[in-house]
Amino acid sequence: MLKRNVPLLITGLIGVFLIVANFFPSLSAMSEDFTVFFGIIAAMAFVLGGGSLLKVHLKKISDRNAGWAYSLIVLGTFAITLAVGLLKIGVPPNPGFPDKPWSGSVNADGTAFEWIYEYALKPLSATMFAMLAFYIASAAFRAFRAKNIEAILLLGTAFIILLGRTFAGYYLTGWIPIDGPFSGLRIEELSVYIMQVFNTAGSRAIIIGIALGIASTSLKILMGLDRSYLGGGN
Amino acid sequence: MSMVDRLANIDRRWIFLMMGLAVAVPIIYIGITGKTLPEQPTPLAQAAFDELDKLPPGSRILLAWDFDPASEGELGPMATSFVRQCCQRGHRMYFLTLWPVGTQMIQKTASLVIDGFYPDLEYGTDWVDLGFKAGNEAVIKTIATDFGQMFPNDSRGTPIESIPMMDGIVSISSFDAIVNVSAGYPGSKEWVLYAATPYKKPLLVGCTGVQAPQMYPYVPLQVQGLLGAIKGAAEYESVVNAWVRRDTVETLLEEAGVDGADAGTLTKDFFDDPEKLKSWLAEPAAGGLTEAKRASLVQAVQGVEPGIFLEAQRRMGPQLVAHLLMIALILAGNAVYFVTRRRGGAR
Repeated sequence: MLKRNVPLLITGLIGVFLIVANFFPSLSAMSEDFTVFFGIIAAMAFVLGGGSLLKVHLKKISDRNAGWAYSLIVLGTFAITLAVGLLKIGVPPNPGFPDKPWSGSVNADGTAFEWIYEYALKPLSATMFAMLAFYIASAAFRAFRAKNIEAILLLGTAFIILLGRTFAGYYLTGWIPIDGPFSGLRIEELSVYIMQVFNTAGSRAIIIGIALGIASTSLKILMGLDRSYLGGGN
Repeated sequence: MSMVDRLANIDRRWIFLMMGLAVAVPIIYIGITGKTLPEQPTPLAQAAFDELDKLPPGSRILLAWDFDPASEGELGPMATSFVRQCCQRGHRMYFLTLWPVGTQMIQKTASLVIDGFYPDLEYGTDWVDLGFKAGNEAVIKTIATDFGQMFPNDSRGTPIESIPMMDGIVSISSFDAIVNVSAGYPGSKEWVLYAATPYKKPLLVGCTGVQAPQMYPYVPLQVQGLLGAIKGAAEYESVVNAWVRRDTVETLLEEAGVDGADAGTLTKDFFDDPEKLKSWLAEPAAGGLTEAKRASLVQAVQGVEPGIFLEAQRRMGPQLVAHLLMIALILAGNAVYFVTRRRGGAR
């Protein structure tokens, strides 16, 4: 009973307090303290995240699930990076405190941490992101079909944006005078128009819908009607 | 097997190869020739430039670099141009990041632009690196009212009380503008919601192509300038480069003893007709310039730019060919689909 009611009470009281604090300047200092608590909890989340990573991958290795070797690599690199960062391996002392060996920054040039960033993380992340271009090209050939009116509209819009975001837009319709009555038909102008009018209208509708959804979900949480965040399947 | 059947069953590795060539060939061509495609700035890129340009020199600019190496190719060039404009204009720059590897992004921009081209700018007086802080939007909410609570030290461990340019920085309200280069969460949206809108601060955003549609609804009241992907970066870069060249020429002319108004007129004349510069350099009025400054003047008028300030424009070449390939692939895919369907083979 206490296990469920105490968290509900804490959530409700703090939530209501933070809403009320917005309307009373005298409570704003306390409200800011809660934001600092959030920062501390966020920092603790890194520890929890590390624990969760260990739990998931150790289980995968112990059960010899498919791809367990990848889990081994994940844990190995995790352990190495953590040790290099925490032990400040190869970190020169801060020039302001030359007699304190651990006073320098792990991100300084020439440190082991910086080496991992420069020669492992950076090329790996850039490669992962760059590979998207190849998969998008393959998907463009196989999946982007003008099967109905909606798909044709989508394709037409995609062509205008694809051309409008390059020099091809200027090249194809650059002959239309920029000050003339038909300047809006230049591909680069059409591209901006689609983004600023159609996209903005749709995005604003979605944003307002999401905001209303968040407000209603938050109210349900504060009132204790939505308890899914407590876990346990209820 | 007919041509259509071959296309319908094409091994996707051929498509990968085509995309690889579509990107690699323009990169090599631009690398060898140094040529870039011309850029016409859209109103949003021009607005980003104008917003920083209208602030007086010495204004305090908060630069939040919320991106990582995965999106550095797309966002790095706009970060470079933002810093170049701030340096040239004489703004004071306060770097911070909400992304763990954003610290390296700050270090890279600072070393490329500030150390490389503005070595006279002093750390702690003209720019400061406040580093990374965990907590996502909670960090923004806290610094909105109490800056020192989240950032008691800079990234080098120096207490902010010892940093001259931190004097008078108490909250978001202490800054004249915010520049955010963002690759996702936490990023531009959070800066709009928790800093720029409630405290009515100008916000300039540079973001990835997938984020840009989500940021358009905030333009122009909550986001004053928006650079979407490498195209936005290329437009902004071309505006900044042209302005820096004109500013450099004007400054050099003033150093040679030409007064302000005449320097402006001469600068315009030189850019309209570069031959006029040659004849002016032969006049006694140019006698006050050293050989190095004469060379800088000629380079600025001729439009010679260091490579790092052309990165975005260089990347528009591969983007052009890759986009054309995408269009060709979509058209080819649809042609195959309709021919196959007519034969009764499509599902």
